[in-house]
Amino acid sequence: MDRPLTKNIGPGKAPTDLTAYVANEGYEAVRATLGKLSCADVLDLVKDSNLRGRGGAGFPTGMKWSFVPMGETEGHKYLVCNADEMEPGTFKDRLILEYDPHQLIEGMILSAYTINADIGYIFIRAEYHVAAKRLKEAIEEARQAGLLGQNILGSGYNFELFVHSSAGRYICGEETALLNSLEGKRATPRAKPPFPQVSGLWGRPTIVNNVETLCNITHIVAHGADWFKGLGIGDDAGTKLFGASGRVRNPGCWELPMGTPIREILEEYAGGMQPGYELKGFLPGGASTDFLVPEHLDLPMDYDAIMKAGSRMGTGTMIILDDRTCPVAMVRNLEMFFARESCGFCTPCREGLPWIFQILDDIEEGRGQPGDLELLTRQGNFIGAIGNTHCAHAPGAIEPLASAMKYFEADFNRHIEEKACPYDH
Amino acid sequence: MAKITVDGQLLDVPDGQNLLEALLALGMDLPYFCWHPKMGSVGACRQCAVVQYANEEDQRGRIVMSCMTPVAEGTIFSLAGEKASGFRESVVENLMLNHPHDCPVCEEGGECHLQDMTVMTGHRDRNYRYLKTTFTNQYLGPFIGHEMNRCITCYRCVRYYQDYAGGHDLAAFASRDRVFFGRSEDGVLENEFAGNLVEVCPTGVFTDKTLSAHYTRKWDLESAPAICVGCSLGCNVTASERYGELRRIHNRYHGDLNGYFLCDRGRFGWQYVNDDKRLTHCGVRTSTGLYQASQPKTVLSGLKESLGAATSVAGIGSPRASLEANYLLRLLVGPDNFYSGESEANAEINRCALQALRSSIRTPSLTEVEAADVVLILGEDTTDHAPRLALSIRQAAGNAGREMALRAGIPHWQDAAVRKLAQNVHSPVFVLTTYADRLDDIGIPTRLHPDAIAEAGFAIAHTLNDEFPNPTNIPGEIDIGAIAAALSSAKNPLVVTGSSPGSPNIVRAAMNVAAALQRQNPAAGLIICPTGPNSLGTSLLTDRTFPNTTGGVAIVVENDLFENFPGESLQQWQSELDQLITLDSLDNGTCSMAHVVMPATTFADGTGTYVNYEGRAQRSFGAFKPGEDTAPSWQWLLQLCHDQGKALEIKHLDDVLTALANEFPELRGVIDAAPGAGFRDHGQKVSRMTHRASGRTAMLADLSVHEPMQPADTETSLTYSMEGTNASAPAALKSYTWAPGWNSNQSINKFQDEIAGHLRGGDPGILLFGDDQVFAVQTPAEGSPTDSPTIIPRWHIFGSEALTGQGEAIVARSPRPYIQMNSHTAGLLNVAAGQALHSENLADVPSLPVIIDEGTPDNCLVCPVLPGTYSYFHNPGNLKPDASWQPAEPPDLITTDRST
Ligand SMILES: Cc1cc2nc3c(=O)[nH]c(=O)nc-3n(C[C@H](O)[C@H](O)[C@H](O)COP(=O)(O)O)c2cc1C
Ligand code: SF4
Ligand code: SF4
Ligand code: SF4
Ligand code: FES
Repeated sequence: MDRPLTKNIGPGKAPTDLTAYVANEGYEAVRATLGKLSCADVLDLVKDSNLRGRGGAGFPTGMKWSFVPMGETEGHKYLVCNADEMEPGTFKDRLILEYDPHQLIEGMILSAYTINADIGYIFIRAEYHVAAKRLKEAIEEARQAGLLGQNILGSGYNFELFVHSSAGRYICGEETALLNSLEGKRATPRAKPPFPQVSGLWGRPTIVNNVETLCNITHIVAHGADWFKGLGIGDDAGTKLFGASGRVRNPGCWELPMGTPIREILEEYAGGMQPGYELKGFLPGGASTDFLVPEHLDLPMDYDAIMKAGSRMGTGTMIILDDRTCPVAMVRNLEMFFARESCGFCTPCREGLPWIFQILDDIEEGRGQPGDLELLTRQGNFIGAIGNTHCAHAPGAIEPLASAMKYFEADFNRHIEEKACPYDH
Repeated sequence: MAKITVDGQLLDVPDGQNLLEALLALGMDLPYFCWHPKMGSVGACRQCAVVQYANEEDQRGRIVMSCMTPVAEGTIFSLAGEKASGFRESVVENLMLNHPHDCPVCEEGGECHLQDMTVMTGHRDRNYRYLKTTFTNQYLGPFIGHEMNRCITCYRCVRYYQDYAGGHDLAAFASRDRVFFGRSEDGVLENEFAGNLVEVCPTGVFTDKTLSAHYTRKWDLESAPAICVGCSLGCNVTASERYGELRRIHNRYHGDLNGYFLCDRGRFGWQYVNDDKRLTHCGVRTSTGLYQASQPKTVLSGLKESLGAATSVAGIGSPRASLEANYLLRLLVGPDNFYSGESEANAEINRCALQALRSSIRTPSLTEVEAADVVLILGEDTTDHAPRLALSIRQAAGNAGREMALRAGIPHWQDAAVRKLAQNVHSPVFVLTTYADRLDDIGIPTRLHPDAIAEAGFAIAHTLNDEFPNPTNIPGEIDIGAIAAALSSAKNPLVVTGSSPGSPNIVRAAMNVAAALQRQNPAAGLIICPTGPNSLGTSLLTDRTFPNTTGGVAIVVENDLFENFPGESLQQWQSELDQLITLDSLDNGTCSMAHVVMPATTFADGTGTYVNYEGRAQRSFGAFKPGEDTAPSWQWLLQLCHDQGKALEIKHLDDVLTALANEFPELRGVIDAAPGAGFRDHGQKVSRMTHRASGRTAMLADLSVHEPMQPADTETSLTYSMEGTNASAPAALKSYTWAPGWNSNQSINKFQDEIAGHLRGGDPGILLFGDDQVFAVQTPAEGSPTDSPTIIPRWHIFGSEALTGQGEAIVARSPRPYIQMNSHTAGLLNVAAGQALHSENLADVPSLPVIIDEGTPDNCLVCPVLPGTYSYFHNPGNLKPDASWQPAEPPDLITTDRST
C-alpha cells in the first residue's frame, strides 16, 4: 500500500465504478469517520500528516483548513475542488478524475466534513469532458448509496456535491478567479486578504484544494498521519503524482514517494532521453516553474529542495527540454500562452507579457535587436516578483523566461547576433 | 492615528486608512488610476506602488500597492526610492504601449489624469516597436462618445457604472490585452448617472458629446461656479463658455452635496442655454398680434408708464428664479400682490418642508444620506425628480455590506473584498411608490396608489409612536409593523419624500414618521424634495400661489404657468388683464400670451442665489456676460422698481441681498452664501479663466486686431478674464480646479480637508434654518382613497424638467406621452394596449397611448410629466378611448445613428 493514489489506476485497468471502488476499501474512511470522529480530530490528523497542497504552491493543507471559522455559523460553507489543470505539461489530476472518480468524492466528503462544509463543487477543466461525465455518474452512484446528500450514512451530516465545467481559461485555476468564475463573474483573481477561508464563494467561508490534495485525505484518514509521513523518502510527506513530457523515451505519470530524486524519475520511469537527444534543462513542475539543468538531477523532488535550487516543485510534472529544441522558441511558446491567458486585470501582466512575447518572437525569428535582452530582463523584473502583480499568474509566467535567460544566455545572444534561430527546425 | 515612516520622514496618518489616501491627504503626490476616493481600492493598475520594509533592518523591502495597504503604527515605506519610482515608471511605460499618442486631438488633453500621472512618474522614452491594440467604438447614445483605443484598462468605468451607480449595460468584455469596456451592442447607456464616466475615466475614452459638438479645451473655457437648476438638490457645477456659448457642465466638488458625481440631467441638460428658442430681445406684441423686437429703453419707458398707471399689479415669481429676482418682484408689486406661481399642492409641500427644516428633525446632506442604514421612501421618485439623491441612497444600501466587512476585519475601502463578502446583502430601502423605481433592484419595493402611500406613512408613524394619528384606512398590501421595526432598530434611519407625486398628504405622513422616529433616535433624518431649484427660497417670500383678482397688470418672472395651472383658466385670466409682462430665458406658453416679454439670463450667464432642499442658500455665478439685450431678471426688476421710485437704495446684487436679509432675518445667511462683489483674494479678484488662457484677448483678432477690453463684472468679485486668483480663492468662487501637476478635476484632492471630505475653508453655501421650532404632528387628509381612476404624474429625468427638456440631447432621451395602467383599470375605461385615451374636455392635447402594466396599482393612470401632458394633471375631465388614434411611426432608433 505505498501507492494509495493509484491503487485503482494503472495501464489496462478500467475506470472504477462504485462497486469496484468499494471492493478496494472504498468509502471505509467515510464510514469510519462521519459521526464518529470530530471535525477537530480529523483536522489534527491532516495537520499531523504534513500534507502540502498539490496544486502548485505547496501550502500546508491542515493549516489552510484551520483558518475556516468553526462552530455555530449561519449559512453555507463550501469545499471547492480545483480540477482545472490547465498548466501546460500537467496531466496528473486527469488520471484520478477519469479513472478513479470515487477516490476524489470520498476525499471531498471527508474534507468537507472536517471544515463543516455542506456544499461542494468540482471545478473542472473545460476539455475534461470524459472526466466530467464519469464524475457526474460517480456522484449519482454515491448519492444513491447514501454517501452524498442529506444525512449521509445516518450520521446527520449533509453534503451536496456538484460538477461545474469551466468555460476554458487558464486563470480559472487560480483559486480566487475560480471562485469568481463559479459565481458567474469575470474570472479575475481577488485580492488577498481576505482569504477564501473567510470570504470565499458567495462571500462564505470556502476551501479550495487541488484534486490530488483532496484524494490524499482519504488515505490519511484511513491509515494515519504517521503512515502518510512514512511514505515520503525525503523531507515531505506522502506520495506524489510525478510526470514527464518532452523527448523522453517513456513520457507519463507515476505515483512515487515524495523526495524521489529527479534522476530516478527521469531515468527509471521516463526511460531517459530518446536516442539522439540530450537533456538540456527541464521545468520541474509545469510551465510556470523555473528551468533547472542537468546539474540538478540529483535533487529530491521535495518542495524546499527544489525551492533552494531556484525553482518550484509546482505540480510535479516535468517538461523536458532537449538539446535539439530551441530554448528561445520554447520560452516564446510559453509566453504566448501566458500572455494570452492573462485575465487582463493588472497592468504589468496584461501589457507586459504580450510585449515580452513580441520581443521573444522577434528574437526567435531573427529580428532581435541589441538591447532586447536588457529589455526582457527589465520587464521580467517588473512583472516577476510576487506582489508586483495582482496574482501569481505573471510571476509564474516570468519563471521559465528568467531562468532560461540565466541558463541559456548564449542561445539568446546567438539569435540576436546571427539574426536567425541557430536550431534546425 | 498611526505614526509611519515614509522615506525617513515620520508622518501621522489615520490608522487603518490605505496608504495612498493617507499620503494624498497630506498633500503628497503619488500617481494612481484605479483607486477612486468614493469607490475605494482594487489594486488593478499597480500605479500607486511603493516599497514597504518589514522592519528597520530590512534593506530590500517589497513592492506593495499603496491603495491596498493599510497603514499601521510603525510601518515603513519608501515612495521616492529607485525601486518604487522605477516600478511606477514601468507601469506607465506599459500602460502606454497600447495607448495612442493622440493627445493633440484627444478631448481629454490638457485635463487628462493619464497625462498628469505620466509626467509625475517621469516616464519619457518609448521602447515599444510593435503595433498598438485597436478597438471598434460604439454608439452609446446622445450624451457620451466612445474612443476605446485610449483605454488604459483601469476598470474604473465598470466599477463606477455597475457597482456604484447600479447600471447593467456597461461591462468589461474579453480578457488579456483585449479587454473592452462598452455595451454588449451599440445603444444608449441606460443609467441616469452615466455621464460621470466622462470624469471617472482617467483618459479620453468616454467623452461628453454635448461638448464635442463644439469642443473647447479646458484652458480656453471661461467658467464659473454655478448651481445646477435641474432640481431642488442644488448640485454644484462648473459652467463653461467660449464665444458667448455655454460649452459644457462639469462636476464641481461639494463635500456635502454632489461630491464627485452629477446626474445626467444636470450634466447634459444645459443645451437650452444656446437654443434657438432663447429670448434675445425685448418684445412687444403689436396690434397684429405679432411680437416686435424693441429697444430695452423703449420697452422700459413703456412699462414705467403702464405700471405707474395700473390699478393693480400682480407679480408671479417662480421656484426656478433666483431669490434676488423673486424678492425684487415682491418689492415691485408689494408683498400682498406677490405670488410664488407654484401649484397649491407644491406650495403646501414647500410649507411642510420649511416646517421640517425649522424643527429639530434632521435634514441630512447628500453625503449624510450615504450613512443611512434604513431608508423609507414615501412616494418620491428620486431618480427622476431629485436624481442625485438616488445615487446617495444607493450607496446607503451598501452599508449593511460594509458593516459585515468591518466585522470580518475588511476595511471599507477594500471595495472588491467588501462587495464579494456582502454579495446581495443590502441595508433595507423601502420603496413605496406608484410606479417602478430605479432603486427597486437594491430596495424592497411596494407599489401603491399615492393615497395609500400616505396612509402607509401615517400608519408607520402611529406604530412607532401612538401619539401620532392612525389613518382611517391602512393599506393591506404592506407590512407596516416590519417597516416600523426596521426603522426603529436603525442607527441612522432616513425618510425620503417629495413633491413628485404631487401629494401633500404623503409629505405630511413622512413628517410624522420622521418625527416619531426622532423621538426614539435623534439621528433620524427626513428629506423632502420640492420641485424647483429655488422652491424653498420663493416660498419663504410668500404663501400665495396665484392671484385670484382679475384685471390690472401682471408680471410673470421665469415661470411657464401652464406647468402648474389649467390652460383654459390661464387664458381666461390673461384675457381680462390689461397687460401681461413676462421675463424669461426661453420661449414658452406664458411668453406666447404675454404682451411684453423681456429676455432673462439663465444660470449660465446670470448670477443669483438659490435655496436647496436642505435650506442651503447657494450662489450661482454666471460664466459669461449675457447677450447685449439680455439681463438677469433681478436687473430688469430693479430697473422697474427704480422707475417706480422704489428700492432706490438698492444698486447692486449685494444690495438686494442686504435688503432681503434685513426684511427676512431668517434669510440673513444668504449674504454669506458666497463672498460679495467687494471681496478680494490677496488683493485681487478671482478669475473666470485659467492662467493659460492668454490667447483669449486675441480671440476676435480675425475681425479686428484691436484687443477688446475684457468686460468688467461690477456685480461679483469674479473677472471675465484670466486676471485674478484661483487656487487660493474660496470654494464658492472657484471657477475651475487646478493644482501644479494636476490638470484634471482630480486636482480636487489638493483642496479637501481630507480625501472626499469637505473643501478647505468650508463647502460652499449657508444652511439657513435653525432647529428651534416645535414640530406639529400632522393629521391625515380626510377621505378614503378614490375608487375611480386618477391621473398620477410620472416624472422622467429627461423631459419632465421644462428648461433642460428643451436641449437636443435631452429631447433624444425624453419619452413620448403615454398612459400606463393595469388591465383592471383599463377595463374600467374600456381601453386596451394598442389604443389611446383622450380627454373630452381638452382640445389641442395629444391622445395618450395606453401601456398595460400589471404592476401599476388599481385606479392609477400613470402619465409622464411632459410639456404636452400638463393639461391632463390639472383638469383631465372624462377620459375616453380615442377611436381615431393611430399609433405613431416608431421613433427613430438612435442605435443606427453613428454621428459623434
Ligand atoms: C495562474 C494560476 C493557475 C492555477 N491553476 C491551478 C490549477 O489548474 N489547478 C490547481 O489545483 N491549482 C492551480 N493553481 C493554484 C491555486 O491557486 C491554488 O493554490 C490551489 O488550487 C490550492 O490547492 P492546494 O492547496 O490543494 O494546492 C493555479 C494558480 C495560478 C496562479
Ligand atoms: S497577474 Fe495577470 S492573471 Fe493575475 S490578476 Fe494580473 S492580469 Fe490577471
Ligand atoms: S474606459 Fe476609461 S475608465 Fe474604463 S477601463 Fe478604460 S481607461 Fe479605465
Ligand atoms: S440631481 Fe438635480 S441638482 Fe443635481 S445635477 Fe441632477 S438635476 Fe442638477
Ligand atoms: S491605484 Fe493602487 S493599484 Fe491602481
